[in-house]
Amino acid sequence: MYAQMIKSTGKTVKTLDEMDPQERAFQERIDAGGKIEPKDWMPDGYRKTLIRQIGQHAHSEIVGQLPEGNWITRAPTLERKAILLAKVQDEAGHGLYLYCAAETLGVSRDQLTRDLLSGKMKYSSIFNYPTLTWADMGAVGWLVDGAAIMNQVPLQRTSYGPYARAMVRICKEESFHQRQGFDIMMKMANGTDAQRKMAQDALNRFWGPALMMFGPSDENSVHSAQSMAWKIKMNSNDELRQKFVDQTAPQAAYLGLTIPDETLAWNEERGHYDFAQPDWSEFFDVLKGNGPCNTERLEARNKAWDDGAWVREGLMAHAAKRRSNQFAAE
Amino acid sequence: MSAALFEFLTRMGDNTLVLGHRVSEWCGIAPVLEEDIALANTALDLIGQTTLWLSLAGEVEGKGRDADALAFHRDVWDFRNLLITEQPNGDFGQTMMRQFLFDCWHVLYLDALRNSSDARIAAIAEKSLKEVTYHFERSAETVIGLGDGTEESHRRMQAALNRLWPFVGEMFDSDAVDQEMIAQGIAPDPQALRPAFDAKLTDVMAKATLAIPGDDFSHAGGRNGARHTEHLGHMLTQMQWLQRAYPDATW
Repeated sequence: MYAQMIKSTGKTVKTLDEMDPQERAFQERIDAGGKIEPKDWMPDGYRKTLIRQIGQHAHSEIVGQLPEGNWITRAPTLERKAILLAKVQDEAGHGLYLYCAAETLGVSRDQLTRDLLSGKMKYSSIFNYPTLTWADMGAVGWLVDGAAIMNQVPLQRTSYGPYARAMVRICKEESFHQRQGFDIMMKMANGTDAQRKMAQDALNRFWGPALMMFGPSDENSVHSAQSMAWKIKMNSNDELRQKFVDQTAPQAAYLGLTIPDETLAWNEERGHYDFAQPDWSEFFDVLKGNGPCNTERLEARNKAWDDGAWVREGLMAHAAKRRSNQFAAE
Repeated sequence: MSAALFEFLTRMGDNTLVLGHRVSEWCGIAPVLEEDIALANTALDLIGQTTLWLSLAGEVEGKGRDADALAFHRDVWDFRNLLITEQPNGDFGQTMMRQFLFDCWHVLYLDALRNSSDARIAAIAEKSLKEVTYHFERSAETVIGLGDGTEESHRRMQAALNRLWPFVGEMFDSDAVDQEMIAQGIAPDPQALRPAFDAKLTDVMAKATLAIPGDDFSHAGGRNGARHTEHLGHMLTQMQWLQRAYPDATW
């Protein structure tokens, strides 16, 4: 998942006794594992939080095309080029059905787009990092899609029906992307000296940012507690990060690559890997707009939108003419 | 091996490779999300077709070159794509006009190739035609929508048509390679497709309210490799860079 630092109500989570009957019925339905559908009553906070979360996820899919698009024209074989194109196409598709899911909550895609372009809404911090070598296409698939899947798999059970259903489709494709990424890493790690160097360099650069994708610890966050009560967040950030490290560390060993963390070690007692926290000051810098590529990414999206204005207007004008011709003919 | 057959197959494969590459340059920056998806899909189809054509070319040549060797290790003068496919994207209108003009020819040519005396070629044509029929429908619809849209979209589409028109004639050029393909029943006479192309073009341009240029001058030099435009070399520096910089690597 690509949602970070999503704010919900800012108040403490209400108990069932504190809720009015309508809200209590809503919460009980969620507690019983039921789904909320677009026409059902829902608290304002639930609606707003979901719009932020789904919107941020959709934006991440859209902006996420850019770092990979950066290598489509330099992909080293026809097969790799085709796979990367298919992946980027999937991501645009994910964006499309996430925007559709958000629209069921009463916000338009155009409004969400405007909020992305103005910088009011965020996308995942990870897409503000550059892709510098072909190995980065492997690292992005392996680590970034791998981290995304950690969050998205449980979200298939999220309480909001359209979101859960979108996530089912997305998860199928994401796991394919992750396998493709790992496949690139294997080729690189088992390749020439230069390729191994690229693979290690990619891991060095993407490890910290991948850990940051889960967001800072939210053990004491009221926002997270509320989102978890509403089942639009299924696990704490630390839980998912741990799961990710536990899954990834043996994979890195299999590749013969070194995770850039000297403290990384298996902890028999805990049954988990111990690992160092990423540099959270860097994370907050990136959120504030000071990541390596924030400026370029937003510039690229704004330019695409502005350059495309005449196309959207032209097609709309044509559609309107056709409608009025049809009307005149009837 | 048949030199003419190899030449014919590289013409087919280089068209889809070069145009597929151009279309892939749009990744993530299309005017609207649906177009991002459609452009990536078009590029993906064309790259898939490239693999089929160039693999067969390598097989026919018999020198151990596969599709990747042909795509990534030939220089400009060995490419046999139509000049129109290597033209820069320009704005979205120019990209879609280029696509439409190419699709219009591609549909007719593939349709004829389904009857090729070479079963391998007929099979590739059959598979490709399904994809390309959809490309044609979509590019025609877009050209019509933008031609008959606003004043600005109309102006841009007319400019795109004028800019690309001198590259249309090359699609219907015929040379010794074509004569040999015709004689063996492998491929159709390109010239014979012109009336059907003109009929489709006239129909779409009328709906798009665009004027077909009267000047029928056309550039040549792509499909025989004699004189490409300057654009192809720059495309290859990007496309072939990894393979050239790390020749010992497998990817």
